[in-house]
Amino acid sequence: MSPRRVYLNLGVFAKGYLRSRVGLFFALVFPVILILLFGAIFSNSSTTSVDVYVQNLDHNSPLSLQFLEALNSTKVVHLHFVSPSVGNLSKWLAANDQSDGLVIPAGFAAGYFNKTPVNLTVITNPQDATTSGIVYGAVDGVANYFNLQRANGTVILNVQQLSPPTLGGQSFQYIDYLVPGLIGFSVLTSPMFSMVNISSEYKKEKLFRQLSLTPLTKSEWLSSTIIWYIILTLVSTVIMVAVGQGAFGAKVTLSPLMLPFLVLGPILFTSLGLLAGSISKDPETAAVIGNIITFPMMFLSGTFFPVSLFPPWLVTVAHVLPLFYVIDGLNAAMLYGNVGTALFDMAVVGILALILFIASVRVFQWREN
Amino acid sequence: MQRTEALINLVEVIAIRKLVKDYGNLRAVDGIDLSIQKGEVYAFLGPNGAGKTTTVEILEGLRPRTSGEVEVLGLDPWKDNKKLIRQLGVIPQDFKFFDKITPKEAVAFYAGLFGKRADADAILKKVRLEDKASDRYETLSGGQKQKMGLALALVNEPAVLFLDEPTTGLDPQARRSIWEVIRSLRSEGRTVFLTTHYLEEAQLLADRVAIINHGKIVATGSPEDIIREHGRSEVLSLQAPPKLADYLRSKLDLPVRAEDHTVDVELNSNEDVLRVLTLVQQSGIPWTGVSTRQDTLEDVFIRLVGKTTESGDVGPTALGGSK
Ligand SMILES: Nc1ncnc2c1ncn2[C@@H]1O[C@H](COP(=O)(O)OP(=O)(O)OP(=O)(O)O)[C@@H](O)[C@H]1O
Ligand SMILES: [Mg+2]
Repeated sequence: MSPRRVYLNLGVFAKGYLRSRVGLFFALVFPVILILLFGAIFSNSSTTSVDVYVQNLDHNSPLSLQFLEALNSTKVVHLHFVSPSVGNLSKWLAANDQSDGLVIPAGFAAGYFNKTPVNLTVITNPQDATTSGIVYGAVDGVANYFNLQRANGTVILNVQQLSPPTLGGQSFQYIDYLVPGLIGFSVLTSPMFSMVNISSEYKKEKLFRQLSLTPLTKSEWLSSTIIWYIILTLVSTVIMVAVGQGAFGAKVTLSPLMLPFLVLGPILFTSLGLLAGSISKDPETAAVIGNIITFPMMFLSGTFFPVSLFPPWLVTVAHVLPLFYVIDGLNAAMLYGNVGTALFDMAVVGILALILFIASVRVFQWREN
Repeated sequence: MQRTEALINLVEVIAIRKLVKDYGNLRAVDGIDLSIQKGEVYAFLGPNGAGKTTTVEILEGLRPRTSGEVEVLGLDPWKDNKKLIRQLGVIPQDFKFFDKITPKEAVAFYAGLFGKRADADAILKKVRLEDKASDRYETLSGGQKQKMGLALALVNEPAVLFLDEPTTGLDPQARRSIWEVIRSLRSEGRTVFLTTHYLEEAQLLADRVAIINHGKIVATGSPEDIIREHGRSEVLSLQAPPKLADYLRSKLDLPVRAEDHTVDVELNSNEDVLRVLTLVQQSGIPWTGVSTRQDTLEDVFIRLVGKTTESGDVGPTALGGSK
């Protein structure tokens, strides 16, 4: 392996890539369009109303009923009432297979009139970022209105959200999952689609033959190609994080823990693309094989929606897709700061990348047999 | 004289013994033997599908052989591919390159890969491509692409060059500029293995020629040797009525043929010319034109191969064939 030849080939490959522009669009522009599109669709609460179970511990005081009516009129929630006698609402929700609830505490009206702080408790499903955002937002909005009425905005009605301890008390919105998901999407698609095409096209156009007439080796060629896709991935990640934060206030952080995924991911999918292209007789077959591999992964690995929203059987499917581990790892790195999960995912992606790199170098042929 | 010089210090650069290549049931190369010496321009002739490209690609290490022995510069082209490639310059048949890359960038890329300090401008000038040095490959014409292929084959200053139909599809001027390059390669002592459909090209450039048909060598030697061995003797041709033929037959011991308004006499020696012309004069039969004709490599080729190379190729060869 000669670093000089890898570098030279990287230069020629990058020139070809940049000059054709199509690849660049799909690698850098397309994911941003997806973030803007999906972010815009799902951060609007224009979805159907969410069922919220209300436990009124303030003995149906007129003020509490007024509050609930205001909440009802937002139309984004549909209120159901649960008797105070059932006890802890969280437990009741779990027992009844429901996720979202609101507890109006005893002394709600009294506190409001005396201007002493009152805690309203919102219970949501932390794995369902969309609905939890809607419920919290609706209750918080009405509470603010009441605060404004009574005390010029001084916080009397304080809305608390109940979240499981694993999330460190933070709650995540759809956009927060969308950013790592779409980074994974571009880690998959930009090398896969172009490698499938390149490897079969180069074979047909005898460009591999042409390269084989120089001292460049197969693994040098593949290495420089991988380096190019790593560079693209890093650039596109920075852009996507910036757009997610800038346009939708996504709570994602650039963490060094992401780096292994942004390096191993392109190694894995560049190799997989080359492998798919190499086993195909012609570019048309290669495109079909490439799509068969790419499309399920593109939708079922947590790219557009968190895997935790899937029914159990689909979760099982997701767990056999390599991209799942990239996105799961990126979530762990960017959202939860969960080092253990990130390391595990890293190991899975790393082993797969190594296997596929070796397999693709073996299978793909410079010369005809 | 060139040839005797070469014979004095024979260094075998390419050795082929009993080479066979099968594609499934098809035997594309059927037991050929060739030996090519250092500094030779060796032309490999044959009709379409004769096995030229297959043989060349085996020599370049691009294809494995079915059986037989092959050595280029003392190396096994298939096994020692990466070592051999450093000393080879190759234009494959239908040379292709990356669409978005310019000839100048390509030459610099190759120079880097081979670890050579190459003057891209000088190389592109040599192949007369300097005007297009900064144009992308995809925008070059067929002939310009071919020249770019030749430029790349020169970058590493190779000891042996394999040029598979380097002038196919080129205009006469471009073809001549490539001939120029081949001559200069020869004068630098490099060995050139050239396949071509243009027999004129072989006759002009090659020290030696091999004619291959259906995977078998049917003739080898210098163009003159091949013509002498396989060609017919020189012919004196007269535009005259057939009765002249009858007259000549009665007076001469040479073969005489009459066809349309042409009378052909096969000659054995230069003195025969005078004898025939004297007899013609004596006959008093009127004639309108006279010429002598000798078989060209093309005539021999067509006779040996039993057909023209390919209808599409007749134009340029016919051009070259008329002396
Ligand atoms: N990859 C291949 N697979 C199967 N058959 C092949 C392959 N390449 C060549 N052949 C066959 O082998 C024979 C020799 O082909 P080759 O390309 O060596 O001919 P050629 O002398 O170079 O012809 P041309 O003058 O047209 O270039 C042909 O009959 C061809 O059909
Ligand atoms: Mg050929």
